[in-house]
Amino acid sequence: MAYLLQQIINGLQLGSVYALIALGYTLVYGIIRLINFAHGDVFMIGAYLGFYAILRFNLPFPVALIFAMLGCAVIGIVIEKLAYRPLRNAPRIACLITALGVSLFLENFTSLKFLFGPNYLAYPRPFAVVNYNIGSLTISNIQILVFVIAILLMILLQIFVTKTKTGMAMRAVAYDKSTAQLMGINIDYIITITFGVGSALAGAGGVLFGIAYPQIHPFMGIMPGLKAFVAAVLGGIGIIPGAMLGAGIMGMVEVLTSAYISSTMRDAIAFLVLLIVLLIKPAGLLGKSSIEKV
Amino acid sequence: MTSISNIKKQTSKIKIILLVILFYIVLQLLMSAQIINPYWQQIICYAGVMTISALGLNLIYGFTGQFSLGHAAFFGIGAYTSAFIIKSANFSNPLLLIIGLIAGCILAGIIALLIGLPILRLRSDYLAIATLGFGIIVKVLFDNADAVFPVLGGSRGMVGIPQLTTFTWVLVIVILAVLILRNLINSAPGRALVSVREDEIASEAVGVNTTKYKTLGFVIGSMFAGIAGALYAHLYAFLHPQNFDFLKSIDVLLIVVLGGMASISGTLIAAVVWVLILEGLRVVLPEAVLDWRLVIYPLLLILIMIFKPTGIFGGKEFKFLHYGDKNE
Amino acid sequence: MNNQPVLQITQLSRYFGGLKAVSDFDMAIAKGELVGLIGPNGAGKTTVFNLITGMYKPTSGSIKYLGEEISNFKPHQIAQKGITRTFQNIRLFASLSVLDNVRIAYHYKTDYGVTDAILHSRKFSRIEKSVQEKSMQVLKIFNLANRAYETAKNLPYGEQRRLEIARALVSAVETNEDKPRLLLLDEPAAGMNPSEIKNLMELIRFVHEKFNLTILLIEHQMKVVMGICERVVVMDFGEIISQGKPDAIQNDPKVIEAYLGKATRAC
Repeated sequence: MAYLLQQIINGLQLGSVYALIALGYTLVYGIIRLINFAHGDVFMIGAYLGFYAILRFNLPFPVALIFAMLGCAVIGIVIEKLAYRPLRNAPRIACLITALGVSLFLENFTSLKFLFGPNYLAYPRPFAVVNYNIGSLTISNIQILVFVIAILLMILLQIFVTKTKTGMAMRAVAYDKSTAQLMGINIDYIITITFGVGSALAGAGGVLFGIAYPQIHPFMGIMPGLKAFVAAVLGGIGIIPGAMLGAGIMGMVEVLTSAYISSTMRDAIAFLVLLIVLLIKPAGLLGKSSIEKV
Repeated sequence: MTSISNIKKQTSKIKIILLVILFYIVLQLLMSAQIINPYWQQIICYAGVMTISALGLNLIYGFTGQFSLGHAAFFGIGAYTSAFIIKSANFSNPLLLIIGLIAGCILAGIIALLIGLPILRLRSDYLAIATLGFGIIVKVLFDNADAVFPVLGGSRGMVGIPQLTTFTWVLVIVILAVLILRNLINSAPGRALVSVREDEIASEAVGVNTTKYKTLGFVIGSMFAGIAGALYAHLYAFLHPQNFDFLKSIDVLLIVVLGGMASISGTLIAAVVWVLILEGLRVVLPEAVLDWRLVIYPLLLILIMIFKPTGIFGGKEFKFLHYGDKNE
Repeated sequence: MNNQPVLQITQLSRYFGGLKAVSDFDMAIAKGELVGLIGPNGAGKTTVFNLITGMYKPTSGSIKYLGEEISNFKPHQIAQKGITRTFQNIRLFASLSVLDNVRIAYHYKTDYGVTDAILHSRKFSRIEKSVQEKSMQVLKIFNLANRAYETAKNLPYGEQRRLEIARALVSAVETNEDKPRLLLLDEPAAGMNPSEIKNLMELIRFVHEKFNLTILLIEHQMKVVMGICERVVVMDFGEIISQGKPDAIQNDPKVIEAYLGKATRAC
């Protein structure tokens, strides 16, 4: 029982990181119906930005976190401007292929020696790891930090989306782009903001991932990115609470698979979940299915 | 159709056949004289293997319009199937490779049928991620395959596969693949496939069973990948699950997209050029520049999507790949 | 048998959530009739088409074609039975040639398999040749023969409409000659200029007779409806509000109200 509880805590930790990535997927998909495959790589860049901020510039952790978030926001916005905007009216698969291209580009470009380099790097811990024992459970200060920051960011996002004018405009665009435009909402601006916010969250996810699982490399974004995407689909893509719910489940499924079945099978199980969801309820747990117009 | 144009067609057909035979003899001579060394021989064969696989994906995506990111999985299924049979039976005669090729092709087809029937109901990007998920699951299964079949080697890789793939085998299968694809596309079932890509609702409305034809395209395309994988297994004598991961599916996609959607000619050119450049440059270029290859090709992909989304030869074909009725 | 209606719809309903797109719809069409289905925007006309052709499943009710219940059939099965349609917003195979658009409509009657196709067997060549010839004949009737090798999306609007009708006609006809076939045309005259409309009306009349068709058409152009339909059915809010001969319909107060609103119903 204690073992199970411990695994659940570990699962939640992983789930929090997935949630931060999944939110970016879901925001972008909600607005321009694009699976932004490069999002996982923005997450990777976030981890590296945090790495350099802590190790090279000796910045304190909160500053490093914000630095990574801002850096990723800029990168996300630039990607959208250069690669996706010219394809705004192209078929969805064309955008998807472009996103794959951007993803591969970021991975291989950052692997070059004058940038991040192709090797694994050990992530610096901003402070010593302390383990707290509650009964037979162990929680580290790192885990607490990951939870607190993830939850804090999600609350901030929720406030941003529901209470601010820009956030409400974002939801309006997601709901109906052309009507939103008629209401005087600047679509391009909203898309830019969406990419910025989503990428900043992924950046934060990258830093948290780095300190929690202290090893990074340029291809580290692929799997967490894909799984976060699965999480977004599982919860119902385009739906913010759905992304959080899905991410929690995915983190849990993965950790429990490793604990009780086999760690080599965890990717297979994660994607099996995806296939099952797509076949049974493609709109996701919290999504409503829609009827195709003929 | 006048008899003059018929004769013209016949002579151009003979010309093509002669050209192919000439090409084969010249290359075969260069290879046996070691003017083309074994390293390049392998690259040439690999180009053929990629051509076959990419033709399969072009059938699925370019012609039938079903976007798949799991093509490498079927390639892998073909590779492991053939390697398993040929290695277990300890065949060493290149002619017996046919058994592995057929087995790999058929098993890939069967699995494509089983997975295709449920997931081909999904559209566009949902289908893309479903096939991607399928590809990852298959890769994990390859990683763990040694638990059931130790000979497959699992994540350590499979070694000691008889090296039976010859240039002759590759060329024969490439030619067969091109002919099958050309004949299929220029037929009633082929037109039904293309109509699904053009407009699924309209094609249902004229009596096309879209589920059937989507599955047909997916299965035949995956069989191409399966047979290509089987050739691959016996070309390098070593298999590793990493050879069949998500990134490998993207490689094939890249060939199809660069060469051109629904263009057999485009795929032929793009596959050969892509392999020769990517693999060939390895020996020519200094190491520092080498890494840039992998930076440039995704950039190419993005640029193609922005400026010419149908690819370089999108929808166009060499004359000999046309069939019959064009009035040009 | 001869008096059996080609199409018999009874108590057909289709709801989308709370919206009753079609409710308790009854209609019978006899062999060879040319019926118009009219009504204001949003009355549910296209939904009726989508239900007949299997694109939507009914919430309740029955659709019988030659006495056979078809409401559970898939769209392609219904098309193969001989009910075909055109679409309000033209759905051609846009990047294919005009000829291929028509040839695809022959596909389920081309009686050879994938193996024949791949091997280019003698059977394949024979059937392909006849499909080609028949397609060209149809294109001639629709005055599109000189466009056969052009890409469908490059045709002018009126010709695209004609091509779509040709395609629907081919997939409906060509079954057993004695069997009735039902053609559903969804606003065939939309977007056409007066002279194109005139040609279209002649064309519809011509194919109606020549191919022994039963036709149901949705149309907003009253000139077309009044000019070619033998009977008109008027829908509003998912229900039939009136039906009869064209000139009788024109003077039915219920119809006038549906289109123009009652004096008291200010909207």
